[in-house]
Amino acid sequence: MLDQPAPAPGQAVAAGSVAAPPGPPLQAAGLSHSFGPRRVLSDVGFTVNRGDFTVLLGLNGAGKTTLFALITRLYHARSGSISVFGHDIRRDPLAALARMGVVFQQPTLDLDLTVEQNLMYHASLHGMARRAAAPRVAAELERVGLWAQRREKVRQLSGGQRRRVELARALVHDPPLLLMDEPTVGLDIESRRFLLEHVRTLCREQGFAVLWATHLIDEAADDARVIVLHRGRVLAQGMVGEVAAGAGADTIRDAFDRLVRDDAAPAAA
Amino acid sequence: MTAAQYAICLNGIVQREGLRWLQQRGRFVSALVRPLVWLAIFAAGFHFVLGVSIIPPYETYIPYEVYIAPGLLAMIQLFNGMQSSLSMVYDREMGSMKTLMISPFPRWYLLISKLLAGVAVSVVQAYIFLAIAWFWNIEPPLLGYLTVLPALVLSGLMLGALGLVLSSFIRQLENFAGVMNFVIFPMFFTSSALYPLWRVKEANLTVWWISEINPFTHAVELIRYAMYEKFNALSALIVLAYLVLFTVLAVIGYDPGRGLIARRVAAE
Repeated sequence: MLDQPAPAPGQAVAAGSVAAPPGPPLQAAGLSHSFGPRRVLSDVGFTVNRGDFTVLLGLNGAGKTTLFALITRLYHARSGSISVFGHDIRRDPLAALARMGVVFQQPTLDLDLTVEQNLMYHASLHGMARRAAAPRVAAELERVGLWAQRREKVRQLSGGQRRRVELARALVHDPPLLLMDEPTVGLDIESRRFLLEHVRTLCREQGFAVLWATHLIDEAADDARVIVLHRGRVLAQGMVGEVAAGAGADTIRDAFDRLVRDDAAPAAA
Repeated sequence: MTAAQYAICLNGIVQREGLRWLQQRGRFVSALVRPLVWLAIFAAGFHFVLGVSIIPPYETYIPYEVYIAPGLLAMIQLFNGMQSSLSMVYDREMGSMKTLMISPFPRWYLLISKLLAGVAVSVVQAYIFLAIAWFWNIEPPLLGYLTVLPALVLSGLMLGALGLVLSSFIRQLENFAGVMNFVIFPMFFTSSALYPLWRVKEANLTVWWISEINPFTHAVELIRYAMYEKFNALSALIVLAYLVLFTVLAVIGYDPGRGLIARRVAAE
C-alpha cells in the first residue's frame, strides 16, 4: 500500500488546497429546525472566520448535533441558510462539502479495515486518486503520530487513537474548514489534551477555520471565540472575554451558568 | 468533479465493500454455507418427493437439485442485498452512512455506487457457489456461466435497491432477524425458488398471485433461463421495473429535504 516514507514534520501543505473562494468559511443565518412538534433550533446565526477556533458551547440536548447534521447536509433545515465559503449548502452542496472536514460525535470508522484503508476510502469519496491520496494520508497520519499503526485494524486501537484517526481522516482532502462534534467525549485526559492542542495549532499556524462543539467549558480557552447554544437558541457569542463581560461574569464558566440560568428563569416563572 | 473522480469514488466504494466482505469471515462463510446446506440437505430430502416435470427452460427431466439451484443463487443475492444495505444502518448508529453522505458527490451517485459495490460482491459469491454446485451435478452449459452474468447483475441491483429502500424507510427493523422474518423468508417462500409456480397455482390461487408479483420470483426466473442460455423477457422487464421503482424510492428516502434520515437521526 503506502510505502513511501512519511514527510518530515512541518512539510504538510497549508490548509485549503481545495480552492477557497471569497466568503467566510462558515456562515449560518436564521437557522430553525424541528422534529415534529419539537423545536430543536430557533433562529440560529453565526459566522466562523479564517483562523478562528470557535467553540460551540452547550449542554447535552442543546441542538449541537442537529446543527452539525444541517451544516453537513445530512438533512435540510426547515428555514434559514448555511453557506461554506459562499457556497449555499442547499443550492451548491457539492462545493460546500468538498471544503469541509468532519469528525462526528459517534465513531464513524470501519473497525474491520486498517487505519490506512479507512483513510484511503475517505480519499476516494473525495475523488482523490491513489497517487494524490497516498502522500496526504501519510502526512496526516504522521501528524497525529499514528503512521506506525497504519496497517493495524481500527478495532485494535484505543479510543483516543481512533479519535486521532478520525481527525487525520477529516483532513486528508485538505479542507479549509474543520467541524468537530464533541470530539473529546469519552477520551482520557491525555488524549483530550492532544486533540485539543493539535486542532488549536492547526488553526493558529495554518489558518484552518474550526467549529468545535462541546459541553466541556474548559475547552474554550481565552483566545477562542465562543457561541453559547441553549435549547436551540444562541444566547451569546463573541470572544471568550467579551461573552464573559457581557454576562457580567469574570470567567466563561460563570458566564455560561448565568446565561443558562437566566434563560431558564422566564420559562420556569 | 470530473468523470475520472466519479470513477475513483465508485472504485473506492466497491473496494471497501470487497475488503469488508473478505475480512468479515462469518459473513463470507455463512453466505456460502447457507445455499450449500439447502442444496445438500433440503434438496437431497426432497429429491424423491418432488418430481419436476419438463418445464422451460429445461428440455428434459431434471433432478430437484438442478431445479432449486437458480433459486439459491438468487437467495445469495437477496441476503447480500439486505446485508450490504442494512449494514449502513446498523454500523455503529449510521456511522458509515454519514461518512458516505458527506462525500461531495451527488447523493444519488453515492447510493448507486453503494448498490454496484454490493452487486460486485454478490456476483463473486454466486460464482463461487456455482463452482461448488458443480460437484452436485449442477452443470449448466458452459456458455450458461457467461449468459447468467447479466441476469445476476440485474437481479442483484434490484434486490440491493430493495435493501436500500428498507434501510431508509423502515425504522422498526432493529436487527437482521427482523429482516429475515419479514422480508427474506416471505419473499423466498412465495417465489418460484423452491417449487414451480404451476404447482402453487393448483394448491392456492392467492399464494400464486402473490408469487406472480413477487420481484424475487422474477429474479429467480431470469437467472434460471440465463443459466441455460435463454432469455426470459417478461421476467427481465419486471425485474427492471422493480429496480427503477426501488432506486427512485431509495433516492427519495435518502433525500436531505424529505426528512427521512432526519427522523431517524432524531430517534437515535
